[in-house]
Amino acid sequence: MSIFIDNRTRLLVQGITGRDGSFHAKQMIEYGTSVVGGVTPGKGGQKFEGAVPIFNTVSEAVAETGANATVIYVPPMFAADAMMEAADAGIPFIVCITEGVPVLDMTRVYSFVRDRGARLLGPNCPGLISPGKSKVGIIPGQICTPGPIGLVSRSGTLTYELVFQMTRANMGQTTCVGIGGDPINGTTFIDCLEAFEADPDTKAVVMIGEIGGNDEQEAARFVKEKMTKPVVGFIAGQTAPPGRRMGHAGAIISGSAGTAAEKMQAFEENGIAVAKRPIDVVQLLRQA
Amino acid sequence: MNIHEYQAKDIFRNAGIPIPAGDVATTAADAEAIARKFGGTVVVKAQVHAGGRGKAGGVKLAKNPTEAREIAEGILELTIKGFRVEKVLITPAADIATEAYVGIIVDRASKRAVFMVSPAGGIDIEEVAAATPDKIMRLPVDPRYGLLSYKAMQMGFFLYPDLKQARAAAKIMQQLYQAFITSGASLAEINPLVTTPGGDVQALDAKMVVDDNELDRRPDVAALRDESSEAPSEVDARNANLTFIKLDGNVGCVVNGAGLAMATMDLVKYYGGEPANFLDIGGSSNPEKVVSALRIITSDPSVKAILFNIFGGITRTDDVANGIVTATRQNPLTVPIVIRLTGTNEEIALKILQENGFSAMTDMDEAVKKAVALATGKAA
Repeated sequence: MSIFIDNRTRLLVQGITGRDGSFHAKQMIEYGTSVVGGVTPGKGGQKFEGAVPIFNTVSEAVAETGANATVIYVPPMFAADAMMEAADAGIPFIVCITEGVPVLDMTRVYSFVRDRGARLLGPNCPGLISPGKSKVGIIPGQICTPGPIGLVSRSGTLTYELVFQMTRANMGQTTCVGIGGDPINGTTFIDCLEAFEADPDTKAVVMIGEIGGNDEQEAARFVKEKMTKPVVGFIAGQTAPPGRRMGHAGAIISGSAGTAAEKMQAFEENGIAVAKRPIDVVQLLRQA
Repeated sequence: MNIHEYQAKDIFRNAGIPIPAGDVATTAADAEAIARKFGGTVVVKAQVHAGGRGKAGGVKLAKNPTEAREIAEGILELTIKGFRVEKVLITPAADIATEAYVGIIVDRASKRAVFMVSPAGGIDIEEVAAATPDKIMRLPVDPRYGLLSYKAMQMGFFLYPDLKQARAAAKIMQQLYQAFITSGASLAEINPLVTTPGGDVQALDAKMVVDDNELDRRPDVAALRDESSEAPSEVDARNANLTFIKLDGNVGCVVNGAGLAMATMDLVKYYGGEPANFLDIGGSSNPEKVVSALRIITSDPSVKAILFNIFGGITRTDDVANGIVTATRQNPLTVPIVIRLTGTNEEIALKILQENGFSAMTDMDEAVKKAVALATGKAA
């Protein structure tokens, strides 16, 4: 098994005719994801790559295709509306790749989506992949391989680095999830840990955090109280100065809160093995 | 994006918040003229993007225009937490009976804008939170309804037992919330909110941080950016669409992706070096970005070695290789460079680099170790 997506996932791509949307739609189709439709207002009735039907609105697309997931590649100023449109159309799983969504927009989107019972992943995230089954987002498929490890991360390329090293060490993955680097995101570490704990095929979990906020600390307490599976952790930003936004909107040490040291300590206190370097994750997984 | 106190005050004033008059001076002579216009005692306040201005000697009282000139002259020569003071704000000194704190932040845990108010104002709110947490009231705002009047009154009464003052404070909080939303802020703060001996409620200081992601749709707010108060290398990087933060070390880092960039800095430190910067060239693979990145890094004289760490996903490593070749043709390097790249189009990238006299590695740890050795002069 896997979490959130598998071979029953029927995916829509919002922004399928855009530069990023079209490139990644092709990559997802090549990987084997069942892309059942695309949405671009004004291009309804056309076909993407001669095969995938395009619709003007998400509700039309859902009615015609029976989509049960969507991935959003629209520009930041339109992303909030796209997420809410998807939730209103009854899509239960919404992935937003777009970086640069204003945080005040997200305060509205978060309650809107939750009130409609949908799960939102992102924004500002690489999406997720269940190797060999389905990929939604931009994680390069060729670095992943099926296996028993679940991975959840706030980062993109750092995730690729770790997945790559795991794959080279013959440690395959059930699902790799990027929850995104923004201060307000739809899915948290705890949501993913809960899903990995419930997934019978996942035997161990890797959690990759970074500076800013206290999601990692709360996740660490969750691991101690609720999880039976071993968890290995890594935190990026040990050398980050306070008060500066380190690329990700959410990666900022506020005052003295949200430091890497604080998070690594929370990991250790709650039984999570802490990798000092990315490569150490592989060794710690072997011992787990 | 940080804005100055005087800019935040203009925004708050336009929202209707009572704030004493004030004018900005860039020279001591202007400061004197402004002090003369206001008459009486004035406060001279450094306008820099740094907290703790008072402790750093950036906020002082002046009893008369001559003193205002002398004080402004001193403050305009200060550097506070690395920021040179280019402007001072002159305001008439107020008589203060009490000082309170009112702030709004976007709270990650509740995923909403949250008010924080305290009758213990005038000092760092983090200190109040640590020492006397019961003196802080926190109130999340539902974005669908905004700040409802009764909630504003709850906070007003938390600050002042007097009805008239509680009402005045509640009104200010609603005005502050409006200013916060319409500016696309991630933080708005009045510290202190004072009462005068006559019973009036006024904002004596103003702080606002704007969400960078809002600037594209709020050109009026974006225009408030003061580039003279930022490090030139950071301004240059932003104009090239790069995220760059200057640090104190000597290993210049060029990385794709924020998480990997932080992890690379950490690894430099792990192997005994010090990173000179955080630099994320982002997800797209544009050779121009690499050229800009190298220009910015090499203009820092403390950089003794350059480290590229590229994990090609969306980023095509051959584009990065081409960028390195172009940039070094334009401006030959004077410091050693270590290139690690792996992922999309790795074979092509390695070939491009070899043909142009560069060597490249595929292992991150080995590359970092080598860069640290070169920077510290311990390379074999």
